Amino acid sequence: MDFEALAACLTTAACVVTQTTSGLIVGMLLFLVAAGVTLIFGVLKVVNFAHGTFYMLGGYVAYSTLNVTGSYTVAVLAGALAMAAFGVVFERALISRVYGSNVLMQLLICYAVVLIFDDLVKIVWGPEFHAMGMPPAFQVPPLFIAGGVVPPFYAVLIAIAALIAIVLGLGLSRTRLGKTVRAAAINPQMVSALGVNTTLLFAIVFAIGGGLAGLAGALAAPVRSLSPGMGFSILIESFIVTVIGGMGSIAGALVSALLIGMVRGFGTIGFPKFTDGLIYIVMIAILLTRPQGLFGRRQ
Amino acid sequence: MVSRKIGRRGVLATGAAGLVAAPWVAGAQAKTLRIGMQSIISGPIALLGTSSRNALMMEQDRINAAGGFLGRPIEFVFRDSKGQPQEAARVARELVNSTGCELLVDAEASSASFAVQEVVRDLGVACLHTNSETSSLTADPKIRAPTAFRVARQGVHDAVAGSLYLADFATAKKLNKWATCSPDYAYGRDTTAQYLQFLKQFKPDVEVITEAWPKLGQPDFTEVITKLIQAKPQALFSLLYAGDLSAFVNQASVYALFSQMTMATPNVDYPVMAAIKQLPAGIQSATRYVETFPDVPENKAWGQAYLKRWNERPTNWSWQNTVAMQFYEEAIKKANSLDGKALAAALTGMKIKTPFGADGTITMREDHTTVGYALGWGQTTPKEPFIIDIKPADWGKIVEMETEWKKQQKYI
Repeated sequence: MDFEALAACLTTAACVVTQTTSGLIVGMLLFLVAAGVTLIFGVLKVVNFAHGTFYMLGGYVAYSTLNVTGSYTVAVLAGALAMAAFGVVFERALISRVYGSNVLMQLLICYAVVLIFDDLVKIVWGPEFHAMGMPPAFQVPPLFIAGGVVPPFYAVLIAIAALIAIVLGLGLSRTRLGKTVRAAAINPQMVSALGVNTTLLFAIVFAIGGGLAGLAGALAAPVRSLSPGMGFSILIESFIVTVIGGMGSIAGALVSALLIGMVRGFGTIGFPKFTDGLIYIVMIAILLTRPQGLFGRRQ
Repeated sequence: MVSRKIGRRGVLATGAAGLVAAPWVAGAQAKTLRIGMQSIISGPIALLGTSSRNALMMEQDRINAAGGFLGRPIEFVFRDSKGQPQEAARVARELVNSTGCELLVDAEASSASFAVQEVVRDLGVACLHTNSETSSLTADPKIRAPTAFRVARQGVHDAVAGSLYLADFATAKKLNKWATCSPDYAYGRDTTAQYLQFLKQFKPDVEVITEAWPKLGQPDFTEVITKLIQAKPQALFSLLYAGDLSAFVNQASVYALFSQMTMATPNVDYPVMAAIKQLPAGIQSATRYVETFPDVPENKAWGQAYLKRWNERPTNWSWQNTVAMQFYEEAIKKANSLDGKALAAALTGMKIKTPFGADGTITMREDHTTVGYALGWGQTTPKEPFIIDIKPADWGKIVEMETEWKKQQKYI
C-alpha cells in the first residue's frame, strides 16, 4: 500500500488526467463487452459464457481484414458486423434450443463453443500471438493536457464507446424496438402474446451483443495481443461489471465498467500489488449494500 | 503318451516364448532407436513446445543422414504434457517403460522438469533437460539426478550477465532511477529480485522508485504504463514475455513511453519481434536467440534452414534442443553405449563444438549444466537483424558470481 503516492497523484492535475484517461479506456472497452452480456441476460435470462469468444473473434477478423484491405476503419466494421452475424447464428443454432432449460445445459453449450473456437483460431491463425500494429493515422505523439498524457488513439476509442453508450441508451428508451426489448426483459410471455415476433427480437439482441463484443475486440486489436483463449480474461471482468451494475442494466454496466476502470487507474498507484484484489473488494462492498447491483431491480 | 504330453507342453512353451520375444526381436531387427521427447505442445505457450519439436526433427534428419547413433537410425516419440508436472511424470515413465524409448529429451518448462527429474532418478535412463532455466534443478545437489543433465540457459547466468551489462549501461548513461514491471507470479517476482540484487551490487546507487506487477495474460496494461510514466524513472526493467511483452510494447508506444525512459528486458525474441509491428529502437535486450549472435556462418545457416523448413523463426528453445542432440551424439560416440551411467560419465565435463557457443564451444560442467553458451546484450532496432551492438557476456565473471550465489544458497 502506498497512500502517499496516491495522495500525491490525486493532488496533481497531470496524474489525475493521465490516470483518468487510463481508467476511461479500460472501462469503456470493458463496457462494450459487458453491455452485450447484460443485455442478453436482461432479455433472455441466459448467461452468455461464450461472450469472450465474440471479443476474441472480433479482434482476429479485424486483424485479417486489415492485412487484406489495409484500412483500420474497414477492419473494425468487419470485426463488429461479422460478430453480429455470428451472434445470430449462435442464438438460432444453439442457444435457442436451451431457453428455459437447466442453466447447466446453457453453460455446457457456451463452454463447448469457447473450446471449439479457441481451437479453430489456433488452426486458422496459429497458436502464437499476433499484434495488429497501430494504424498509421494514429502513429503520432500523445497529447499533453494539463501536464497529463492523453494518446489520440485512446481519445478516439473513448469517444466511439461513449457514442455507442448514448446510442444504446437512447435506442432502448426512445425507439419502438428498444421499448419492446425492455418489455421482453420484464415479461417475455406477455410481449409474445401481444403479437411481437420474439424469435426475431431474440436474434436481434444477440446480434447487438455479439456486434458490441466484436467491436471491442477490433478496436482494442492495435494495442492488445491476439491469442487463442484471450476472451477468457475479459469475460471474467465483464461478469464483474454485470454483477456490480445490476444484471440486465445497460446504465449499470456503464457506471460499473467506468468504476472498475478508475479502480484500476488509481488502484495501481495506491495498491500496486493488490489492484485485482481491490476490484473484488469493491464488488463485495457494493453487493453487501445493494445485493441487486447498482442499477438492478429487486426480483 | 508321456512323450506326446511333453511335446505339447514344449510346443506351448516355445510358442509363448516366441510371442513374448517377438516385439523385441522385431525392434532389434529394425534397429530404430527411439528417443522420447515431451514438452508443452498445446495451450498458450505451445509455440515454444513446437519450436523445440521442430528443432529436434531437423536434428533427427541430420543425425540419420550421418548414420544414426551406434549405427541405428533414430526416431523421436513426441508427447504433450501440457506443462503439468503430474502429466509430465506419467508421460516420462510411459515413454521409457511402454514405448521403449532408450533416451529422453525433457523439453519441459521448469515446473514439469522437476517432476521428470524424479522419474529419471528412479529409472536411471539418460535424460537431457532442454528448457528448464531454474537454477536449482542442477545447482542443488539434493535435486540433481545422476543421469539427468541440463542443456539450456540458466536463470542465475542470465541475471549476472544482464545485471553486469545494465550496470555498465546505467553508469555510462547516468541512469540511477529505475522502475520495474514484471508478471505477478513466482518467476516475475523472484527473478526481478535476483536481477536487482546483482544490479545493486555492481552499481550501488541504483534506486527502484516504482514497481508494477501486472497479472499474467492481462489484456490491458494502460494503467501500469501511465503509472510508470508518472513516476518518471530513467530506466525500466521488465520480465514480461511473449504476448504480454508484445502488448505492453504496443500500448507503451501509444504513450510514447520509450522516449521518456530506457527499457531493459531479457525477453525479446523472434516471436515477439515478429509480432510487434513497430518495434521501438533502443530497448536494451538480451539475445535469447538471434541469427547474428554469435556472428558465425553456421549460426546464420541454421537459423535460415529453420525458417525455410518451418516458415517461422526459431526460439531460444530451438537452439537448446539442437545443442542437446549434439551432446548426445558426442557422448554416445565416446561411451559407445546408451546406458544411463555410461552416458553420464561421458557427458560430465564434455566440451563440444557448436555454433551456439560463445567461443564456438559449449561445456557440460561437472554439476550437470551447460556453460559457455552464447549470451549477450544489445539494443533493439525496428528492422532486421532486430538486435544490434551485441556485447558478449563475460563468462569468467558469470561463473564467479554463480559460485558465490551457490555458496549463499548452501549448494556448495
